[in-house]
Amino acid sequence: MTKYISLIFTIILFSTSVFGQEAAKKTGLQVGDKALDFKLKNIDGKEISLGSYKKEKGMILIFTCNHCPYSVAYEDRIIALHNTYAKSGFPVLAINSNDPDVVPEDSYENMKVRATEKGFPFRYIYDATQSIAKGYGATRTPHVYVLKKEKKGFRISYIGAIDDNSQDAKAVTQKYVENAIAAISKGEKPDPETTKAIGCTIKWKK
Amino acid sequence: MNLYSQSVTELTLNELDARVAAGKDTTYVVNFWATWCRPCIAELPYFEMANDSLKNQKVKILLVSVDFLSLKEEKLIPFVQKKGYRSELFILNEKNENEWINRISTDWSGAIPATLILNTEKKYRHFYEQDFHDFPSLYATFQTLISQ
Repeated sequence: MTKYISLIFTIILFSTSVFGQEAAKKTGLQVGDKALDFKLKNIDGKEISLGSYKKEKGMILIFTCNHCPYSVAYEDRIIALHNTYAKSGFPVLAINSNDPDVVPEDSYENMKVRATEKGFPFRYIYDATQSIAKGYGATRTPHVYVLKKEKKGFRISYIGAIDDNSQDAKAVTQKYVENAIAAISKGEKPDPETTKAIGCTIKWKK
Repeated sequence: MNLYSQSVTELTLNELDARVAAGKDTTYVVNFWATWCRPCIAELPYFEMANDSLKNQKVKILLVSVDFLSLKEEKLIPFVQKKGYRSELFILNEKNENEWINRISTDWSGAIPATLILNTEKKYRHFYEQDFHDFPSLYATFQTLISQ
């Protein structure tokens, strides 16, 4: 019995210490929730918030970064999404929440470098305190939130991957983000509303 | 030239399930990693130490890379040969991430590193979307489960 109790105790101890962060990631926003507002610096130095998007019908908010190979693999597809959908009211807003002390390539200065190299046509904002990634519950890069504008502000309509094939853009069979925007535009719910994909973890401050 | 010139086996989730089921009372520690994932590379030495320490127990450590299959020869093989990993090495051979991630665990967002610890006869399956920062925390987790 004593052995059993001590085992339970060990498990509880581990659940609270080592696995403490496990609980934290569950607390993010879900589809249907009101979008969390922010005020973050774009690579051009200007502060961007949800209020900066007055005429748009929504936006494609993408947690990404400079260094992650999955993010890099999707850069061209993210550029294409913006070029296609900004016109119809759904621009891309890229956001980097990584701690540059963990990954120096993901500093604000290097965001400008990467954006220039690739000619990003979209805004790329810096979540220096990581509070926006935490608030949304973003865990990986790239991690997409499609927002839809309603009378009282933005609401989350889709969370997940851009499409179903990170390895090969030519072999994609399901374009989740494009399908979500098509559904929203018709006043329907995206199907699926959430998807999963492999990605780099967001590099949290230590 | 590395003496442990390691091979990397392609693995589907059906093959993984079959392997674990055949292991009966063996505990499988399945770590999902990739050559491009820094926290994964940082924690792999602890899994290697655990692999060495638990050699005489019914524990198998399987390191499953989620690197792009198309980069196996070019990136993964040279990487593991340089590192000289001693645990069993695999590369996942699955396509639709939105499907297979949920088969591992519905709690998994898809971020790596991630580790699954499971045992068919003892009927447990624990999933960790996290990295282990040191050997003691990893080893203590294993020991707690193995002694169940």
